[in-house]
Amino acid sequence: MRAYIPAYEMRTPSDLAETLAMLALEPGVWRPFAGGTDLMVLLGAGKLTHRRFLNIWNLPELRSITVAEDSVTIGALTTYTEIQNHAVLAAGFPLLCRAAAETGSVATQNRGTLGGNIANASPAADSPPALLVYDAAIELVSAAGERWVPYDKFHTGYKNMLLRPDELISRIRMPRDKENWIQHYAKVGTRKAQAISKVCLAAAAQMQDGTIRDIRAAFGSVAPTVVRALSTEAALRGQTPDAGAIAAARAALAHEISPIDDIRSTARYRLRIAQNLLEEFVKSLPR
Amino acid sequence: MPDAAAKIEIACTVNGEPRRFRAWPMERLLDVLRRELALTGTKEGCGEGECGACSVLLDGALVNSCLLPVAQVAGCEIRTIEGLADNSEQLAAIQDAFIACGGAQCGICTPGMILAAYSLLERHPQPTDAEIRADLSGNLCRCTGYTKIFESVVRACQSRSAAP
Amino acid sequence: MPRKEGREKVTGRARYTDDLTFPDLLYGVTVRSEVPRGRIRKIEFGPGIPWDEFTVVTARNIPGENCVFLIEHDQPLLADAVVNHPEEAIVLLAHPDPYLLEEARRAVRIQIEPLPAIFTLEDSLSRKQVIWGVDNVFKTYDVHKGDVDAAFARADCVIVEAEYRTGAQEQLYIEPNAMIAVANPHDGVTVWGSLQCPFYVHKALVAMFGLPVEKIRVVQAETGGGFGGKEEYPSMIAGHAALLAWKSGRPVKIVYDRAEDMAATTKRHPSRTRHRTAVTRDGKLVAMDIDFALDGGAYATLSSVVLSRGTLHAAGPYFCPNVRIQSRVVATNAPPHGAFRGFGAPQSIFALERHMDRVAQAVGLSPQEFRRRNFISQGHTLATGQVIREAVDMARLLDRALRESDYAAKRQRFALENPTQRLKKGIGFATFFHGAGFTGSGETTLASIVEAEATPAGRVRILTANTEMGQGTNTIFGQIAADALGIDYDQIEIAQPDTAAVPNSGPTVASRTAMVVGKLVETAALGLKHELTSAGFLAADYSSDDFARACSRFIEARGPLRSRSQYQTPPGLHWDDATYSGDAYRAYAWAAYVAEVTVDTATFETHVDEFVAVQEVGKVIHPVLAAGQIEGGIAQGIGFALTENVVWQNGRMANGQMTNYIMPTSADLPRIRVFFEETPYEFGPGGAKGIGELPLDGAAPAILNAIENALNISLREIPATADRLMEAFEKADAAKSTEPARPRA
Repeated sequence: MRAYIPAYEMRTPSDLAETLAMLALEPGVWRPFAGGTDLMVLLGAGKLTHRRFLNIWNLPELRSITVAEDSVTIGALTTYTEIQNHAVLAAGFPLLCRAAAETGSVATQNRGTLGGNIANASPAADSPPALLVYDAAIELVSAAGERWVPYDKFHTGYKNMLLRPDELISRIRMPRDKENWIQHYAKVGTRKAQAISKVCLAAAAQMQDGTIRDIRAAFGSVAPTVVRALSTEAALRGQTPDAGAIAAARAALAHEISPIDDIRSTARYRLRIAQNLLEEFVKSLPR
Repeated sequence: MPDAAAKIEIACTVNGEPRRFRAWPMERLLDVLRRELALTGTKEGCGEGECGACSVLLDGALVNSCLLPVAQVAGCEIRTIEGLADNSEQLAAIQDAFIACGGAQCGICTPGMILAAYSLLERHPQPTDAEIRADLSGNLCRCTGYTKIFESVVRACQSRSAAP
Repeated sequence: MPRKEGREKVTGRARYTDDLTFPDLLYGVTVRSEVPRGRIRKIEFGPGIPWDEFTVVTARNIPGENCVFLIEHDQPLLADAVVNHPEEAIVLLAHPDPYLLEEARRAVRIQIEPLPAIFTLEDSLSRKQVIWGVDNVFKTYDVHKGDVDAAFARADCVIVEAEYRTGAQEQLYIEPNAMIAVANPHDGVTVWGSLQCPFYVHKALVAMFGLPVEKIRVVQAETGGGFGGKEEYPSMIAGHAALLAWKSGRPVKIVYDRAEDMAATTKRHPSRTRHRTAVTRDGKLVAMDIDFALDGGAYATLSSVVLSRGTLHAAGPYFCPNVRIQSRVVATNAPPHGAFRGFGAPQSIFALERHMDRVAQAVGLSPQEFRRRNFISQGHTLATGQVIREAVDMARLLDRALRESDYAAKRQRFALENPTQRLKKGIGFATFFHGAGFTGSGETTLASIVEAEATPAGRVRILTANTEMGQGTNTIFGQIAADALGIDYDQIEIAQPDTAAVPNSGPTVASRTAMVVGKLVETAALGLKHELTSAGFLAADYSSDDFARACSRFIEARGPLRSRSQYQTPPGLHWDDATYSGDAYRAYAWAAYVAEVTVDTATFETHVDEFVAVQEVGKVIHPVLAAGQIEGGIAQGIGFALTENVVWQNGRMANGQMTNYIMPTSADLPRIRVFFEETPYEFGPGGAKGIGELPLDGAAPAILNAIENALNISLREIPATADRLMEAFEKADAAKSTEPARPRA
């Protein structure tokens, strides 16, 4: 335990309005604290430089999962366990459920939240690639009001995002328009469980008469943020999933991702495996 | 050196008993359990939520107490290894199974592992081999290679379903 | 028999060092070097900390020797003028508030003028910089049998050469190092801690404090795993805690967090082994020339002994008429490497068992046929000239392992299916041995003593310095004593290892606890019975209760009832330290392990699907505990083989978090099937030989042999991480496309 614990303050606002008022009063002074599975690791390592937190764990406004005919809206405080246990999510958004199941351990899943995962903005996060595939939108609320941001615009650079200091992530909405698509999730971690990903692919494709009518492919751990591989998608859209398409897609991917060497893996490995995972996905599509 | 914030008072239930204590708001639940409440059964193995030696049940859900600031447990029900058995004579089925099957070697991972196994059996009374493996993957054991831990879980399933 | 301390462990009542508390306790921390090598110029205590509240200790405060006594006396307890590795301890601080203590640690600024440092085996061997002694060499060994050079000159042999490497491995006991000390010049020093060898710590503290032996007391608390990582290191942390206690006059507790434990304490020695082997065309070994090198880190510590064991296992359970093993362990500017289960043998056996598959291939034999043609038998000599007197049948062990794992059928099936599969499967094995007990004259020198005593209530207490750390010491000692006396297991108590109360039965290392000390427990227990019987208190036939009553009556009538047993060297054993020849170990366990793997050629992840472990161990004292040792050891071996990679940056472990140092979880391990055979060893209790380290020797080579079977590429370095496997696969692929096809055995 390498932090000076007495210097850290945590207040528990009684409701969302009070939370937003405090965030607005002194922007940047207070930061939201949800499940703590990322922030407490930083604290323990002596790397949590921010010291004043608002405990938002119990805010009911941020918790529910709402199912409408054309969309599902997930409260920011929904835990990975709750995601996995939700019938509509399990049936219609399997990539998100797979991602949730591969995030840490049961204990982490009981406490980690989708909003917290998004705000932590790790390029290696497991769920965000699924959110990109599902064309998710994020609702940000503040004392001044609320706004929706398409999730693929939300992360602007490594640990940079369109979240103002007075704002809170409140909901994540996903249209229910890919429930019939072929969906595919593959995470390569440092081991089979409780692993940070070295490469992660969330993908979905809509087939028509043996060709790829539409496609989404999103990656984790190959760029400063989670990314949708747009050029790669373009190389596959309208194509038959054959060797030629695979080769074009592999080449496109090599140009649009920028994996790095780090403590867990190498840039060469990440690139090659990202291409291989993509290839396995395309090969699995019916011709 | 930064200024100290004030300690806060927390009221919660620990192992069925109402408890009240003062602590810094972001003090880890792990440290409060061990130092303030003298419940040393919960262990620190890594301080980063990887090893699960600090596992406790928070409102019935398995959590890593090294990642829980104590301000967030106000009003909650916490169960530690000390609170698993009804009394010191009558252990929980999972505890008896660990003794019978050799699920504990050095024992340092054992409190967390037993709580993780207990939590698994509460949710899945008849887990498959794969479910046991997956569910316990957040609790690291360096001694056993997990084989006898799995046998202990299977044994506990049998005695739990056989119990009246 | 249920584990003696099982109930305490499953209820959370077992008390490990950090669970113990003392009135007026201070917490202690260590301020460490950030520089791999340099001269300490200045120590500054920064602003904002109430330094007058702190106890501060440097090398100047050491009452006795500034040295952690072990073998060479080269390692300081606290760095004084120079530092020789990152994380070397320089300043100690104590304070009642653990949070403020951490702030204070950060506020100590140590100015160190850097000196050139070296970090690789190659740089040390080439003396790019001399950082220890005159040539960086801690120790060398030279083992000779026959005439290797003449043998290589023969025209009728095939010669196979290759180099193999293993990386550092962190023991990763789930309980980090911890120690509590109470110390003052009048009463002396007492420590309670997480440790394997109380008398090692005792000896070190005697020197550090310059006190007579009876003024130092070392008590082992419940210990959450050791695996060798708490063999020598506890002397260091005990010295630190004791110095703070000595200066402050209060009890001091030092508990490392995981980051500190990983970065600052010992790891398995990295190794490089070069094999050059001459074999006849029909597959008989003629000569083995082995160069075995270990990276020892900055100080000598146990390196000479690790080198010794690695050297003595380097030629394996094979008969070869000409053997030369030249080994050396050298210094680098990393924290000293140390004991870790296997202790040199996993390194040299990895190289050997990979190489044996390679040699088999070179002469067109299957790996198993090649082994069969070369296994050692009773009457043959090992590389040191030791004649194998026990009946050993490696071929039978191998056959059983291959049968249990369905090796032949799987090998055939995988060969058929792999070409069209993304998931390629492979099956491979390793055959090996492990010498139990200390090498050569080591046990004679240790001259271990065990005592047994009866209590007035009629219970029997066993007093040894051997520690329980999960492997089952307390349980098997209890069982051995109960069996010897014919009384209930519950009537036996095992005394807590406390140097003030127990005799020195030697360290808990080297797979010696059951075989060597267990035998002494048996003898000591029998001594009590003998005393009672010859004094007329016990009839020839008796129950547990009779025995208890006899003890009570004896004590009432005659006073204390105690028995003492001391190690006797088994007759007929000869060892020559000067020539390093003779009977290296009094007994060997023999084994054959088979690993079945799946390699995903899209991701290069390797999963071990099945594992079969067959071993001959003399006698299995406690089936559950014995299987537990094998299963746990194989799990560590799987990590050693595949995922446990230490990332070094200028001599410092950069991935010192459990998130980034990858040990297997329950999802990463296969069903491990364990089979025991028993050929009783005359001098072990009930015939038992040692088994604790054996599993670490065979797992990694079996897995790498299986990976080669799956992919047809030869990996010679571990850990075989997915990243490395990918590089090797792509390289082999590129080479294949440019070279003509070659027939395979």
